[in-house]
Amino acid sequence: MKDYRLDFPLLSRKYRNNNLIYFDNAATSPKLQLVIDSVTDFYKQHNANIHRGPNFLTQEATDLYEEARKIVANFINANTEEIIFTSSATASLNLISRSWGESNLKMGDIVVLSRAEHHANIVPWLLLKDKIGIEIQYIDLNDDGSLSRDSMYTILAQPRVKLLSLTQTSNVLGIYYDLKEVIKMANDKGVVTIVDAAQSIAHHELNVKELGADFLVFSGHKLFAPSGVGVLYGRQKMLGQIPAFFGGGSMISSVSEQSYQVAEIPYKFEAGTPNIEGVIALGVACRYLQQLGWETINKREKGLVDYFLKKIIDYPELQLLGANSNRAPLFSFNTFKLHPHDLADLLGEEGIIVRAGHHCAEPLHRYLKVKASLRLSLAFYNTNEEIDKFFDKFRQLEEKLSC
Amino acid sequence: MDIYAQNILDHYKNPRNRGVLKNAETCFKSTNASCGDEITVYLKLDDDRIEKISFDGHGCVIALAAASILSETLIDKEITDILKMDLSDVQAQLGIEISNRRSKCALIALRSIQGALKELD
Repeated sequence: MKDYRLDFPLLSRKYRNNNLIYFDNAATSPKLQLVIDSVTDFYKQHNANIHRGPNFLTQEATDLYEEARKIVANFINANTEEIIFTSSATASLNLISRSWGESNLKMGDIVVLSRAEHHANIVPWLLLKDKIGIEIQYIDLNDDGSLSRDSMYTILAQPRVKLLSLTQTSNVLGIYYDLKEVIKMANDKGVVTIVDAAQSIAHHELNVKELGADFLVFSGHKLFAPSGVGVLYGRQKMLGQIPAFFGGGSMISSVSEQSYQVAEIPYKFEAGTPNIEGVIALGVACRYLQQLGWETINKREKGLVDYFLKKIIDYPELQLLGANSNRAPLFSFNTFKLHPHDLADLLGEEGIIVRAGHHCAEPLHRYLKVKASLRLSLAFYNTNEEIDKFFDKFRQLEEKLSC
Repeated sequence: MDIYAQNILDHYKNPRNRGVLKNAETCFKSTNASCGDEITVYLKLDDDRIEKISFDGHGCVIALAAASILSETLIDKEITDILKMDLSDVQAQLGIEISNRRSKCALIALRSIQGALKELD
């Protein structure tokens, strides 16, 4: 089987004589050599601002940037002008909350989230709650981590519901939520819908037309591309209606001393010089994944999930959060007596990179009555041997630390 | 950083002065929000010195070992000196190097002790 780890230079790093085992893809993924090369190439060969000035460098930079927009649009089956480049998924969510939210929500309106959200899809709405007095309600989860239909129907039946914003894959439970049905239900009621695809984007083929959401967000750095670049997808009509948020160069068609005219979408939302090299590199990462193919990615990741779930049966002291079905290769555990920070720290000393804490999902941990968890998040390039190594090391640490 | 150091593991596995201190004159709970750790400290004083310390709560190896160690080493120390203590002092008591990523763990017990002392004002 092909060793895809070779495509990521980070993974050849050694730490204290151990090969690096990278199980923290949900925090940020390693970067592809192709991505690194494209950033270097941009600085060495093109390095110009985009949409400005009639010289060949500007033209090349602009072409590369706009080509990346086409690649990303194609990657999620959107129209090119529906792709807005931001700095992150978080920035995209904040852009929607400020632009759409502030101009469409009023006191008493209900914003619906789920219990499984990341802080990035909670705090922007809490800020609006402080500012204009909206109400926030959360769809409950079933014991297996799936969204409770009863809770969903009850909450969405209320006439004051104006927005539904849900994660497509929980960064703690690892569950992939098929949101098509709930989005359709919301759309039929005139409720605006947002999907946070930050955790699903690297594991599931995405077709925004089929999904049907008004907005969708994700980050480049969880997709093997640089940090500091994110995507906001918005349905064409929706983006046309909502006001610009950041003001500055590029987002206007003309400016006078007392007024301005905004540019067409997507430029209307891209004020100032963007992360040009990051955007170009994101395009490179998307093309890599397309060439690799979802069939290969899904097959490899399913193999990793199945192997992991089989191994963990022998470790009853690790309580896996969330059910086994529809799982991305992401595993969080309650480690009971052993503190997740100790484990993550000591595993790190063995070259195994994992995360401990509440992973920016404090309300979810409280809801699950777990103080903190240990999280392993894998990707298509990881291997069963790496999983074996983790479990072996875990057992050793357990013996050293047990009282 | 060596959290396997004999001294650290010994205090973690056999914590000294763990539990609620009856007749405590002051107590204080500190939390580390990012990991959910909580250490409550109970103090008995003898004028301007500490006579007895106990602690309760939950935390990682570093947090619990630091609480246990401080509960012994700060006895008879002057309150004004304890209020001035910081990471380097705790590090000296633990006898291991504390990396930045674990400094909050090392400090939670000290913050509780200092918090309890400030409650007296």
